[in-house]
Amino acid sequence: MQNLTENKRIVITGVGLVSPNAGNLVEFREKLLAGISEIGTVDLRYFGKAPAGTCSFDETKYRKKRENKRGTRAGCIGVYCANEALQDASIDFSEYDLDRTGVYIGLTEHGTVETENEVYNISQYDYNTEYWTHHHNPRTVLNNPAGEITMNLGITGPHYAVGAACAAGNAALIQGVQMLRLEEIDLALCGGISECTGSFGIFASFKAQGALAEHEDPKRASRPFDRDRNGIVISEGGCVYTLERLDKALQRGAKIYGEIVGYAINSDARDFVLPYGPRQAECMRLALKRAELAPEEISLINTHATGTKQGDEEECRAILEVFGNNPSTYINNTKSLIGHAMGAAGVLELAGNLPSFEDGLVHPTINLDNLDPKCSLTNIVSGAPKQLDNIQTILNNSFGMVGINSVVIVKKF
Amino acid sequence: MTRNEIKDIVIEIIEDIDEDAEMDSLDSEKPLRDQLDLDSMDFLDIVMELRKRYKLQIPEADYPQLATLTSCVNYLEPKLQDV
Repeated sequence: MQNLTENKRIVITGVGLVSPNAGNLVEFREKLLAGISEIGTVDLRYFGKAPAGTCSFDETKYRKKRENKRGTRAGCIGVYCANEALQDASIDFSEYDLDRTGVYIGLTEHGTVETENEVYNISQYDYNTEYWTHHHNPRTVLNNPAGEITMNLGITGPHYAVGAACAAGNAALIQGVQMLRLEEIDLALCGGISECTGSFGIFASFKAQGALAEHEDPKRASRPFDRDRNGIVISEGGCVYTLERLDKALQRGAKIYGEIVGYAINSDARDFVLPYGPRQAECMRLALKRAELAPEEISLINTHATGTKQGDEEECRAILEVFGNNPSTYINNTKSLIGHAMGAAGVLELAGNLPSFEDGLVHPTINLDNLDPKCSLTNIVSGAPKQLDNIQTILNNSFGMVGINSVVIVKKF
Repeated sequence: MTRNEIKDIVIEIIEDIDEDAEMDSLDSEKPLRDQLDLDSMDFLDIVMELRKRYKLQIPEADYPQLATLTSCVNYLEPKLQDV
């Protein structure tokens, strides 16, 4: 991709986020470097208690309480993140047209929370569907979070959801890159959102699969690569980026976080839930090829690892196959700090690592007390941040159920 | 339920939908939707809340009778007299 002209090179110029430990990138980075987890406990109807990451942020900063009440939690998170990203990028739509702006939001699922709430609501009225809310359809259509962003900002360009399980955040980012290169739009607001901590069914389903983390201290429940890991910590969250073509970003003097130089998405084509390392390796290789980078040119791999037995092993095998424990590539995991934010995971985790280009630090993986021999990659940064001479490239992995893999490579600009 | 009590209930439901609604300056004889930031979905919220609170089934044909605060009270008074 190095021979692309400036109008085909796509850069990240703004980040807006909500994480279980932060409401903006500066705070997020500080917490990640300090190894601070704010994972707590949720208590859900029918299900009971489980460790989980929930977000607190200024929900009425960009829209009224009544609009939050009418919309969804995902919409509320999306509106906050999109506005924050635009502010961060100093975009006020004087340089970009609202009808040339695209909104692409990655979702693992949507509508589960709203449907569960509504079934509970009518259970209070003998399951009489006359008490079923008229808000159900607009709240549960898959484009809901993206659509709520366009309504809030008056954006009249395209908006839709990208459904890609837990690879959805990366997939939406890739969608933004592609639409900018095709010149369908001039500005992309893209990222991922998850409101899933409101759904008892999502917790119950992971538990039924034996894949829901348990620990007496919720902050220690998310432990990718650790010998005693026992599953996923579910989190809500959101992250939206502004993507622009390089020529326009330079012309308006934008701050550039990094350039998206490579990406890939592929499918395992074999199992509903079990991940598959060989296909993940193929996905990483394809992204590297498109970026015209050799494995040893990747400074940092931000892993997808969620803390499940097989998932972490498969990813480590794939990384070992592609990168072969080369000494110049370091590895970390953000889910150990914030849990698994599902559709937001890929973009949120990438955002937390983008400041590495400036500070040269790799944020630590936490809760890695005893490295599982089956995950024994040599350069996992654990416990404390690692200062490197120069971080030039970040490779972000994000994989999902029904066999979807995604990789995004960002280069320092 | 008295007319005043019914009026207070309707106001309470509207304030629950929009806490910024300026009810003090509301003209009871003029359409609610001309004076407040209410759309058709908000209007359905009012109908649903009355259904939930009083098991009141308001047929769609009667919706125009809920246009103003006074017409709401007129319409609801016989239906809520025993509440």
